Amino acid sequence: MSGLRYVYAVCRPFGTPLSAQLTGVAGVPPKQLTHHGLVAVVGQVPEEDFAERPLRAHLEDLDWLSATARAHQNVIDALTVVTSPLPLRLATVFLDDSGVRTMMEQREDAFLRTLDRLDGRVEWGVKVYAESPETPESSATVDSAAGTESSEDPNSRPASSPAKPVSGRDYLRQRRGQRRAHEEKWEQAEEFSRRLHETLSGYAEETRIHAPQNAVLSHASGRNVLNAAYLVPRSESEAFVELVDRTKDDSPGLRVELTGPWAAYSFSGEDS
Amino acid sequence: MTVVERREIALVDLLDRLLAGGVVITGDLTLRIADVDLVRIDLNALISSVNEQVPSPWRELE
Repeated sequence: MSGLRYVYAVCRPFGTPLSAQLTGVAGVPPKQLTHHGLVAVVGQVPEEDFAERPLRAHLEDLDWLSATARAHQNVIDALTVVTSPLPLRLATVFLDDSGVRTMMEQREDAFLRTLDRLDGRVEWGVKVYAESPETPESSATVDSAAGTESSEDPNSRPASSPAKPVSGRDYLRQRRGQRRAHEEKWEQAEEFSRRLHETLSGYAEETRIHAPQNAVLSHASGRNVLNAAYLVPRSESEAFVELVDRTKDDSPGLRVELTGPWAAYSFSGEDS
Repeated sequence: MTVVERREIALVDLLDRLLAGGVVITGDLTLRIADVDLVRIDLNALISSVNEQVPSPWRELE
């Protein structure tokens, strides 16, 4: 059995060799496959995991997905140190080397154009979170206090809880007030995000807005109101990072998070 | 593993890029597992399976 070919990225030929200790998906060190003026960074992966059917099942397994995504990123990260790679979508698998070569041949012009566009650029991720004014626990306590009997239960509310709502009407009024506070908070957060995005866009060659992250998956506190990516020349990255850092100070109740530098994952589209 | 360990990247940040970014290649030469729709379906399945175990903290607002 020869195994399949997992392709991480397409690059221009780069002089610096990759570390011999670098491993990728399935624990296999990536190798370079050169075709004309392009290099595909490729790893051999077992059919029992990467043929269409097993892969489809694996992609729904969070642990497997997580390990594979990290292994993929590990290789892209190493490439980003020595060149500006064009990353491929997670789990792009070919039957053999010849399939990879044919793909490079067919897409050569588009790859070269995109690599030119990304050359010397990196991606920065900026997220804004609105801290929630109340925790889910405190809201659950309010819910249980709405029942007339449960307010007698000492476990139903912490000692630090605010004044008990005495009637259903008070309870509803309190809920409406909370809801309004939430809405104002988020309008504020959205306005802050809009201005931040506008400012950062001025320093970026391209931008992309990702969907807000699901708090269940991210385990981040607060609500994600902005999840954006910026394509920035390496030479201007320091200034970009400083700019983001400065905004962190004047945003009470909001949290700004910076990630990167990433390979230009969010800007690999050939249409842009 | 690389020699120098970097600060662990959050999985969601990684998935934003690996499942929504990167060049998508389709065609007879690949196994077509990188198809956008397929990955999106799988990710949705993944997220909803997580949701069943852990209720969303925003549920009280609905």
